[in-house]
Order: sequence, then C-alpha cells, then structure tokens
Amino acid sequence: MTLTPSRELSQLQWLESESIHIIREVAAEFERPVILFSGGKDSVVMLHLAVKAFWPAPVPFAVLHVDTGHNFPEVLQFRDETAERLGLRLEVARVQDYIDDGRLRERADGTRNPLQTQPLLDAISEHRFDAVFGGGRRDEEKARAKERVFSLRDEFGQWDPRNQRPELWNLYNGRHTPGQHVRVFPLSNWTELDIWQYIGAEKIELPSLYYAHDREVFERDGMLLAVGPHSEPREGETVTTRQVRYRTVGDMSCTGAVASPASTVEDVIAEVAATRVTERGATRADDRISEAAMEDRKKEGYF
Amino acid sequence: MSTLLRLATAGSVDDGKSTLVGRLLFDSKSVLADQFDAVERVSRDRGLAAADLALLTDGLRSEREQGITIDVAYRYFATARRTFILADCPGHVQYTRNTVTGASTADVVVVLVDVRGGLQEQTRRHLAVASLLRVPHVVVVVNKIDLVDYDQAVYDSVAADVIAAARDLGMPDVTTIPVSALAGDNVVTRSERTPWYTGPSVLEHLEELSPKGAPDDEPLRFPVQLVIRPQSAADARFRDYRGYAGQIASGVVRIGDEIVALPSGRTSRVVGIDQAGQELDEAFAPQSATLRLADDIDISRGDLIASAVGAPELTQDIEGTLAWLSDAPLRAGSKVLVKHGTRTVQALVRAVTGRLDLDSASVLPADTLGLNDIGHVTLRLASAVPAEPYVDARSTGAFLIVDPHDGNTLAAGMVGDALLATANV
Repeated sequence: MTLTPSRELSQLQWLESESIHIIREVAAEFERPVILFSGGKDSVVMLHLAVKAFWPAPVPFAVLHVDTGHNFPEVLQFRDETAERLGLRLEVARVQDYIDDGRLRERADGTRNPLQTQPLLDAISEHRFDAVFGGGRRDEEKARAKERVFSLRDEFGQWDPRNQRPELWNLYNGRHTPGQHVRVFPLSNWTELDIWQYIGAEKIELPSLYYAHDREVFERDGMLLAVGPHSEPREGETVTTRQVRYRTVGDMSCTGAVASPASTVEDVIAEVAATRVTERGATRADDRISEAAMEDRKKEGYF
Repeated sequence: MSTLLRLATAGSVDDGKSTLVGRLLFDSKSVLADQFDAVERVSRDRGLAAADLALLTDGLRSEREQGITIDVAYRYFATARRTFILADCPGHVQYTRNTVTGASTADVVVVLVDVRGGLQEQTRRHLAVASLLRVPHVVVVVNKIDLVDYDQAVYDSVAADVIAAARDLGMPDVTTIPVSALAGDNVVTRSERTPWYTGPSVLEHLEELSPKGAPDDEPLRFPVQLVIRPQSAADARFRDYRGYAGQIASGVVRIGDEIVALPSGRTSRVVGIDQAGQELDEAFAPQSATLRLADDIDISRGDLIASAVGAPELTQDIEGTLAWLSDAPLRAGSKVLVKHGTRTVQALVRAVTGRLDLDSASVLPADTLGLNDIGHVTLRLASAVPAEPYVDARSTGAFLIVDPHDGNTLAAGMVGDALLATANV
C-alpha cells in the first residue's frame, strides 16, 4: 500500500499562487497595465511574481516610478539595473519637475510623499494606463485593510471607500469606463513577515540598505533619519554613526532607519517575527500626521 | 510548514464581534505596540476606562466617527502552526452583501451570538449565507457568557437552538463554543470559569480545522487565463513554447493525464506542468501553473481544461441562485453580463422564480430581487459555458452578474438550486 502524499500548500505557496493568478487576470483583461516599481521590497517581490507569472515569456508590462527627488541613490540604481536586466520599459514621473515649473510647491514640513499623487495621476492619464499594479498590503495600515484587490478609480483618480465593488471568490471584476482606471494589489494578503520569508525562500535581491550597515544618522520624532542632501540635522540634533537598516524605503526626508544588526535575510526574518512595532509606525513620519493620513491620501489617488 | 486558513466573521450589531476579533489579534500577539498605543489613546479620548479592542478593526474615518463597521476589513494573524486571513464582515444594514463577500473565500465562518438574546433573525441569515456558499466549516461563538454568570443551562439552550437552526439549513456539523470576548474566556486559552465545557478554545479549534476538501477527491478544473507563447524569446528553446496559464480551481493534474478543452470538446494529453522554469510531475488546487499539451488544439482565454472523464456539460441555460448586491432591483428581461471562470458572456434574465424567506426557511414566489435578497433565477447565455452545480463544485459553480453599462458587480451567482438545497433540507 502506498500512502498518498498530503496535498496542501504552505502559506507562501498559497500566497504566490493567488498573486500570480491576479497578475495574469490583469494581463488578460486590460490593454495597458503598468507596475509601480520603486525598488522597495514589496515592489521587488511584485515584479518577481510577474516574471514567474509569464515565464518563459517576458513581463508584458511597463514599470513606472514616481521619483520624489529625495530617493536613496542606491535604490534608484537598483531600480534602473532591475528594469534593464528584465528588459522592461521604465517610465519615471518626477516630483522635482513639478516643483521646478511651479505646478507643485514644497511643503513646510519638507516631506514630498503627498506630492507624488499628481505626477502619478498625470502619468497614468498621459500613458493611458488602465491598470496600475501597486505593492500595497492590507496589513500595512487600517485604510488599506479595507482595500479591494481590484480597486476602481474615477476620472480624478479618487478612491471611494464607501462605494467599493463586492469582491467574490477569485472572480475579479476589472470593468471600467474610459477615463477610469483600476488599481490592482496582488500582495493584498501578504504580511511583512510573508514578504521577508518569500525573499529568503526565493533568494530575491534587494537594495543593500534593507540590511544592517553603518550610517550617519540623527534622531527626530523618535526616528533615525539619514544625513544627506535632503535631510539635514536641525539645531540640537546630534549626528552619530549607527548600525542601522531600513524596514521601508521611500523619501529620505521622512523614512526612518531602525537600529539593527540584521545583516542577512535570515536575521531580518527573525527580527521581523519578533518586532513589536509596525513598519509604518517605526519608519514613516507622514503616516503619523493624523489617524486618517493614509485614508485621506488614498482618496485623492495616492498609491 | 505553516498552512493558511481563511475565515470570515459574522454577527449582529453589539454581539461583540469586533471585540472577539480584537481579542484574537491581541492575544495571539498580532497587535503591535504602536497599534495598541493608538487604540489606548482613542479609548482615553472617548472617556473609556480600558482600551476598547473593537477599535483595532475600524479602519475608516467615517467608521470611527459613527462607531460602526461599514465594510469588510481584512486582518492577519498567525500562530506557530497556522497563518490566518480574517475577513471581518460588518453585521448591520448591508450585512448580506458583506457576509456573502467574506464567505465566498472562507474555509470557516465564525458566527457570533449574544448568549442573552439567543438565536436572532440575523443569526439565521448568517447561517443561511454560510450554507448557501458552501463554507466547509461553521463555528458559532456564543458570546458574553460572563453576563449570565457562566451558566451552563443558558448556554446549552442557545447552543441547542443554533444547532437545530443549522440542521434546518442543511448544515449537520456546526461547532458551538461558550466565550466571553471581553474577558477572554475560551478565545485563545480555555477558561477555568467554564469547567462544564470540555471542548477547545476558538483559536485551538481554528488551528485544527482542515481547510477544505482534499484536491485528490475532486475532478480537474483549470480555467485558462492566457496562452503563453514567447515567440520572440531570446532563448531559442522557447520559440515554439505554447503553455496554458491558469490557477487550478479543483483537483490534481499529472503528466500524462487525458484532458478535454471546453467549449471545443477537443481532447489531448498533458505533457508538461511548468511553474516558472520548474517542471513538475503534478500540480493541485489552488496552485497557479502553466500546462503544456501533446496536441496543438485551439485553446484560448475563457476556455476550461477538465479531466476527460467526468467533464462538465456545456449549457446556455442556467438555473441559478443569486445573492443580489445592488440597490437597483433585478427584474426579468434585464440584459446582464455573466462572469464564469475566466469567461464573460452576455446573458438575459429570463425569469425571477423565487425568493428565500429566512424566517420560514422556504422559497416564496417573487418576480424581483432587491438589495440583500437571495433568490432563484433562470438565465439564457449568449454562448454555452461548462456550468456545474455549485453544491458539487464551489469554484466552477460560481459566477458574477455584472452591469454591462457601468461595470458594477450586481450579484453573486451560484449554478443550480443551492437555495433549494439550503431551504428544503
């Protein structure tokens, strides 16, 4: 007698299969999809899944990055190398261009994160993208917890959280009228820990600043900010060299590092599994502005 | 290996659902310090003595302002053995719409009942939705047991009512657990205050459940999402590659299996199962894979690859059960779109033939369906689809009704008399 092996997927295999299904649905049902790609870990995992979804054919989408002008140089380099390696067309929408010609103005607090919405929406309409993949996860933030996998945006790019389509089984409804577009979140059901375990299991390369390194930092509002051209210490803020890594990668002026000795993916997985603070709580100044900071940005068309 | 279980919660207003969810998240250490700080801060601002765990699940500004949950929220927690995806479904006004959404993907539905109020109309409705959508497991949490002094007799009477109602709805296996979500009794750990209860805590029970029917026992169903043909591939080995990409909806596929493509009816044999460069000997639901076949037969998006033996019949006429989710009522004569598997076809609503009355658990005559109604319809499709009864095939018996004008999702559809099976048992 032979025993039938148990046919059950691990949680990572299950999540991978779901995400690949979502990505393929978009390829089949939309004319001009684009992947938002910043070089951050979630977008790197999303692109990795897209490569797997279409193998051995190339990924049939362009990639789009909204560059705040305050990005970490090593992340931009990683972005360019990745697009080059995969043969993907990279579009960059630059916040700096908008500031230079006066369409946007620098904010008093110096953060450029909320300024990304207009360049993003302009790029979507200029290129007539009808599906826009984002790496957002529902575990990140409470407004995101209410987000659909296929999320319809009106002609102004707005999200209406009170009037979302019900999403049943795995039958995604991507129908939209001209001018509308659909944001698609293939990583909706992943957690930060899933992402890291998957990066470890699939040996996915990331920008080096996700791992422990020595960096000149200063403390502001309980966060460690890097010293650089876009984040200068103010009076009374002392600069020290610390061993740090980044849990999220965004605008240098509002993305904090965490003190960490985690220099390998295994170290990071252990650290994330034991952490007591969410990644946004630890590292994003812009989400601390109010209870509903993310919800308000999303309604206006943010990622 | 950690496995995954999807659950949906359902309860009436004030059954303590948000508190239970908050308790599961908090006691399984899935709530992090900054999230808890925020809850404590808001609780203090509202003049509460202790942190209100229900606040953990209210995500939107208007929800916090009104103190109610409007939309399904998804939560994530894990134990050493299992990862959980929780669809937290609001219990009021638009309850059916949200509960149907959460239940459609759930392995288990957790229904809350206030032990003091016992079985309510909404409880019956939640059980009916779980039955209708063929959710494999149902757990009824009999909550607020602390408010009846942990009295076994009160619990036993409510549990008996729940089990009887579930049996009326065709669900023989319903588990009931006495709980105080507020005090934490039997949520994560077993409580010493209910010595008369010898079963598992809610979390222990959820850790033990098997996710669903084993793929081994099901026939292969593989809706084709797209054809992968990398004609311009840099690697010459792949210039003649032709693979059918999809997510296995049910069953197992092995190299050498005889298959039929529908609607064409052409048959072939599986010669390759690819997963991004890895060749597999077999794949099973719900894996995403790419199949290669022995013959170049005409297959495109929207087709279904099925095991050659026991393949579904093609039909243009569907008798179906709808959970109507739109404000505008459904009437006979409406033109709609039906999304079934990876195919979308035009359809005419020939007739609305009945509506489920939950109080009597019977089907009443009806000629329209309104928001949150569950009813029976007959549809005529513009082209034939391989429709199977939902009671036999949860993944290939499901469809959406979509508005052809604005593209909105109007209803969750199930092929066959899911409703009669529900109501007449």
